Amino acid sequence: MEALSNRKKVLEQKPMNFWERIYLPAIFQGMAITFRHMFKKKETIYYPEVQREFSENWRGMHSLKRDEDGRERCTACGLCALSCPAEAITMVAAERKKGEEALYREEKYAAVYEINMLRCIFCGLCEEACPKEAIYLDGPIVPSDYLRKDFIYGKDKLVEQPFNSKV
Amino acid sequence: MSDKVKVIIDGISVEVAPGTTILNAARQIGGDIVPPAMCYYSKLEGSGGKCRTCLVKVSKGSEADPRPMPKLVASCRTTVMEGMEVQNITSPEVVDARKGVVEMLLINHPLDCPVCDQAGECDLQDLAFNHGAAETRYEFERRTFDRIDIGDKIQLHMNRCILCYRCTYVADQLTDCRQQGIVGRGDHAEISTYIEKAIDNDFSGNMIDVCPVGALTDKTFRFKSRVWFTKPVDAHRDCPTCSGKVMLWYKGDDVIRVTARKDENHEVEEFICNTCRFDKKATKDWVIEGPSRIEHTSVISSNHYDTLKPLPVIQENKALMAANKEELERTKKS
Repeated sequence: MEALSNRKKVLEQKPMNFWERIYLPAIFQGMAITFRHMFKKKETIYYPEVQREFSENWRGMHSLKRDEDGRERCTACGLCALSCPAEAITMVAAERKKGEEALYREEKYAAVYEINMLRCIFCGLCEEACPKEAIYLDGPIVPSDYLRKDFIYGKDKLVEQPFNSKV
Repeated sequence: MSDKVKVIIDGISVEVAPGTTILNAARQIGGDIVPPAMCYYSKLEGSGGKCRTCLVKVSKGSEADPRPMPKLVASCRTTVMEGMEVQNITSPEVVDARKGVVEMLLINHPLDCPVCDQAGECDLQDLAFNHGAAETRYEFERRTFDRIDIGDKIQLHMNRCILCYRCTYVADQLTDCRQQGIVGRGDHAEISTYIEKAIDNDFSGNMIDVCPVGALTDKTFRFKSRVWFTKPVDAHRDCPTCSGKVMLWYKGDDVIRVTARKDENHEVEEFICNTCRFDKKATKDWVIEGPSRIEHTSVISSNHYDTLKPLPVIQENKALMAANKEELERTKKS
């Protein structure tokens, strides 16, 4: 039957001549390519001592942001946990007491905020859902560990350090 | 002469008893053509006519007088006439007017949905989502008030109030003496109990349920959980003061909130007493009927389930769990 697209290529198979049959030229050609690579620039990067540059839309470890006064932005609205397709986020809300106005921005804050980094698929939906611009996936690669429980990151690891630029 | 009058709402004809309002006639048809209502409450006498979200266009007054009504009318306050033709969502004029009404309702309403406990079951949130503009044009300071405790179980956030008067009707009609009202006029109007007197009544908790926004909230539920992380379950108990038919809101194995059951118009079916609402928060107090029906458009149904205890994804093997006890403990954060 005739082919409809005419894109098929029929390869001719000729019998090998003497030089091809002894394989030595092909072996030397291959060795020459290998040898040439010794003088080229190495592509290997020695992680974690050296780190490759991340692209601008890289999504790494989460961080909970603070506002310009150093107060936590998160108000525990639960939209990140709702949008999370992997159900990696849990939180417990609490009410801000009198005298804690410098710590938390809104009258409600997250007393406990946990992300299970083994469940997280780094899709960035929590970042998109956040109405308070409190969570961003702008961190590095999540480091490896031995125990599963150590991958549940609490507020101690997630909240970014207060911005101390008072000179 | 028949005792029913025929009206046509958005091209759908319905026969209703004379004296029915357009809104209730539309509710008998149901579906998308029901005008939204923020202040009207069928169980509360005299409610309605305040929020103007239920505006409709009457394109034909009646069979006897077919002239259209000159202005948009509030459907909760206008009774039907024989042969009346009403346009709701089919009239661009109504849709546009409703958008304006939503903008007016939101003028003083704070944008604190992430903090508010009503978010997820808030009528104003749904209304603004469906009919409102994404941005406000209001440039001035919103009016602000301090939070007020009405009794020890109810909290009033006057910031969020849209002055629908529903709660004052509850206080008036379900209780013997008047304890709560609206003080001030116009922009200064606010809900208040006279001389900030704590409301002490068996049915005062119902003002939480009738409030269309998060102005009156359950203090025992304050910041406990977002609504969409809890699972509503129908339950009842023998209550000497009320019908005892409620919805329990579960988080895990704990009842964290008790509310009255609501129908498809988000209205309470039967008012419940404060004992049921605030004091009975253990599973053993209740006879559980099953999961409540939640609209599929509601955010609460995002973790909807058909059985009370869903089957485990992996079958539990006790012997295996005992053997791997140490491994399992490692997965939990101490």
